[in-house]
Amino acid sequence: MIIAERKPLDELMAMLDPFEKILIVGCGMCMKACSAGGNKEVEALAAAVRSLRQEKGRPVSITEKTLGMQCSPKHVLQLSDSIKEFDAVLSMGCGAGVNFLADNYPQSVILPALNTKFIGVTVEDGVWSERCIGCGDCILDRTGGLCPIARCSKSLLNGPCGGSMNGKCEISRDLDCVWHLIYERLKGLNQLYRLDELFPYKDWSTSSHGGPRKIIREDLKA
Amino acid sequence: MKSGSNLEKILESGQFAVTSECGPPKGTSAQVIKRKGEILKSCCDALNITDNQTAIVRMSSLSGCVILQNMNIEPVMQMVVRDRNRIAIQSDILGAVALGIRNLLCLSGDHQKFGNHPQSKGVYDIDSIQMIQAVKIMRDEKKFMNGEDISGEVPLYIGAAANPFADPFEFRVRRLAKKIKAGVDFIQTQGIFDMDRFSRWMAMVRDEGLDEKVHILAGIIPMKSVGMARYMAKNVSGIRVPKELVTRMEGAKDAKEEGIKIAVEIIEQIKEIEGVHGVHIMAVAWEDIVPRIVQEAGLMPRPIV
Ligand code: SF4
Repeated sequence: MIIAERKPLDELMAMLDPFEKILIVGCGMCMKACSAGGNKEVEALAAAVRSLRQEKGRPVSITEKTLGMQCSPKHVLQLSDSIKEFDAVLSMGCGAGVNFLADNYPQSVILPALNTKFIGVTVEDGVWSERCIGCGDCILDRTGGLCPIARCSKSLLNGPCGGSMNGKCEISRDLDCVWHLIYERLKGLNQLYRLDELFPYKDWSTSSHGGPRKIIREDLKA
Repeated sequence: MKSGSNLEKILESGQFAVTSECGPPKGTSAQVIKRKGEILKSCCDALNITDNQTAIVRMSSLSGCVILQNMNIEPVMQMVVRDRNRIAIQSDILGAVALGIRNLLCLSGDHQKFGNHPQSKGVYDIDSIQMIQAVKIMRDEKKFMNGEDISGEVPLYIGAAANPFADPFEFRVRRLAKKIKAGVDFIQTQGIFDMDRFSRWMAMVRDEGLDEKVHILAGIIPMKSVGMARYMAKNVSGIRVPKELVTRMEGAKDAKEEGIKIAVEIIEQIKEIEGVHGVHIMAVAWEDIVPRIVQEAGLMPRPIV
């Protein structure tokens, strides 16, 4: 899923400062799952903003609403009747959710409450970690299922660099060297020969370097 | 001859090579390079110019190389993939060749996080092994990475790094084999302190017959102080300084002298290892000491080729 983190309250308060009637919109998918912007987080943020503005002597009116997801028209269009009433909409969706609200409501001020971080996994309660950068041309068949593009600090494709030591990455002793993990995995799978192949130059045009991406599936189009 | 460089001639004629390096200044003074070049010129066959080493912004490697070349000193241009995409890499290579550069060392580069612009975007469009491959194709087939023709020759002697002290240990020889497969001509290793591990690595290299396919120059880092020994032992990823050496530095009356002695001893031992074809001395901010080390290690005078 997509993992995000709420922006610091100070930053949000400054962002909301000019507005009186605010709609905070949560997302019931990834943002709920990573505890960054589900209904609980919407409630908590609304309470915090209300009380801080109260203290400043400039009370606000905040409406809370959590959509099933912020990245699908069916859900986002649920706001079409009410959204005009608000001075600003604070989205607790990921960056895609914020964009999609802005795409659909050209007249409304749409603000981001979160910093969207990465496509990743819940390692354990309260710990998330990156696994994929969405490069658009998956290579995981060659690397034992572990992604060096997302998880190696230098996105190397031909094995661990000279800074890999004791299984850790040269940039931090708290970070596993994914190439060490790949090595161990391929060894266990009897596939070490995979590492002897020269990995072809990566075509980054399928990634964000090729410009904003789009998928069209004719079979599914209305 | 692939490049006709001095370094190539020495290595291909079976002689023991000595290289060292110059770090360019954090500024615009050519004098800094000239001064280092002057010190190192008579005791080395070629001098590396580092490429924004440890991700700290310095004068570009190419300009440093040209400054050396104007003094009749042969440069080895270092180039990292951290800061350039394939367009810039190939373009800089064309320019370097046009300016007379004949030795190129292909590196990944230290991560930008270590440097003085940790906010910068790392490029890593291709990795160092792919860069070797690209340069070889540019040289031997006169083709760009996309298959288009290059006009003119690209005579380069292709170098790369190898680190026998990084992990996983068993992979280190496979990685060298990969660099050879990609087309590397010479290797400069990480600084060697752990002779035992280096010897084991070299034995594996010989078992695979790799020493016959590439020239290995063993990396030497003279230790200037106890602090430096301790720092490298503790903090530098990819370097292994055995405890005994740190203790020896600590116990010495004159740590600098001890550091020189250790460097000379390591070179003496390395000269005896089959398959090592030279040394690469990295005396960062201590270039003055290199001539003495080369002299005491019995590597003077340098051959004229
Ligand atoms: S240590 Fe491992 S993860 Fe870190 S940059 Fe090198 S290969 Fe990549």
